[in-house]
Amino acid sequence: MAQHQVNYASSGGLPVVLTSADHLINWGRSNSLWPLTYGLACCAIEMMASGASRYDFDRMGVIFRASPRQSDVMILAGTLTKKHAEFTRRLYDQMAEPKWVISMGSCANTGGMFNTYSIVQGVDRIVPVDIYLPGCAPRPETLQYAMMMLQKKIRRESANMNKNQKQRFI
Amino acid sequence: MRRYSPKKNVQAKAKYNDRFWVAPRVPRESIEEGSYFAEAVEALQANGIEVLESFVELGQLVVKINPEQNIATLTTLKEKSCVKMCSELSAVDYLEQDGEFEIFYQLLNLDRAQRVRVVTRIKEGQAIESIEKIFKMANFAEREMYDMFGIYVNNHPYLKRILMPDDWYGHPLLKTYPLQGDEHASWYEVDKIFGKEYRDVIGPEIRDTATIDRYDTERFSRVGHEVPFGADPELVDTTEKSIEDGYSKTVLTDYTTGSRELENRR
Repeated sequence: MAQHQVNYASSGGLPVVLTSADHLINWGRSNSLWPLTYGLACCAIEMMASGASRYDFDRMGVIFRASPRQSDVMILAGTLTKKHAEFTRRLYDQMAEPKWVISMGSCANTGGMFNTYSIVQGVDRIVPVDIYLPGCAPRPETLQYAMMMLQKKIRRESANMNKNQKQRFI
Repeated sequence: MRRYSPKKNVQAKAKYNDRFWVAPRVPRESIEEGSYFAEAVEALQANGIEVLESFVELGQLVVKINPEQNIATLTTLKEKSCVKMCSELSAVDYLEQDGEFEIFYQLLNLDRAQRVRVVTRIKEGQAIESIEKIFKMANFAEREMYDMFGIYVNNHPYLKRILMPDDWYGHPLLKTYPLQGDEHASWYEVDKIFGKEYRDVIGPEIRDTATIDRYDTERFSRVGHEVPFGADPELVDTTEKSIEDGYSKTVLTDYTTGSRELENRR
């Protein structure tokens, strides 16, 4: 039997916290975004720099994973060739829901300077993209900002992924 | 330091004025008597190889031979002239000019730091013998040559495309390869991943990087003509509001009408 008395009117109602399920689930999701290590070209160098000690993505709960089964975010960093597009899509399909995609750099966004026969002209032809990150290559701060924008986006959307289906074209 | 050139108004001028400029030819020198190169050519001729032409270009020996003798030539050079390394092997498309491919083998003597280039020409559709037995690097290089030019290599251990996908149509380094309007290339990833029926859903590739579709209300918004995100595209014409005060016309230079406002301010 509890011997003490809790005054819920003081200390912000502690130890009881009231929130919605959406808030709680999205809080968890947005604060542990695990990206799939997916460097395709020179943007990968900036992505690696973001994960390394100076910019230190770990402090944001962003931990790079080498397996699509363990990751939530796909950071497409670099030029995507048409030969490789098939495998990108396969890796995206292998990721468990909920999942998000960041298109990093000009090449991933639009094909960039590679206006050629063998380059995918924008990765949004293959996978649904949440954040387009401009730059050639974007600096680590920019990727960090993109991650923060993605966190905001996740916190805004419904925790029930079925409600978000209409945003995903495929 | 780089030479200073005025940067003002660089957009207005064409970068290249002379369309008919011809690049100067690299001077060809004759082979010095008694040199390493002369010995190499003599060794080739002593082994019954018909040397069509031989000269020195940029300090490198160039030997032109018949395509049937490429194995014999490279074997002789490797054994007699100690050319132990083949650093590059590829082809040049001269189909329009001569109906031929030029195949070159760039060789290196590591001990004496001398380079030898063996050049040969084949007709369109003619195959060449693989040199993989002599230089192992030719395995990948000949696959690349087949991939990029469609030149068949006889007795190659594994002649398969190396850069392009296996089901790719055409050979990209040919001068006749289309840069635009190649249906197979432009829909390749869509057809492969989703199937042809998804072409309508995904739409054609946007090759013009400055393209703005004002009826696409999710991905684009015209500066100064904002519509709500995801608004009905059919309502764009009626709901689109022009914000006159937000952007001063005197600051921006309108290149289409030739406004000089920006330059006058400078």
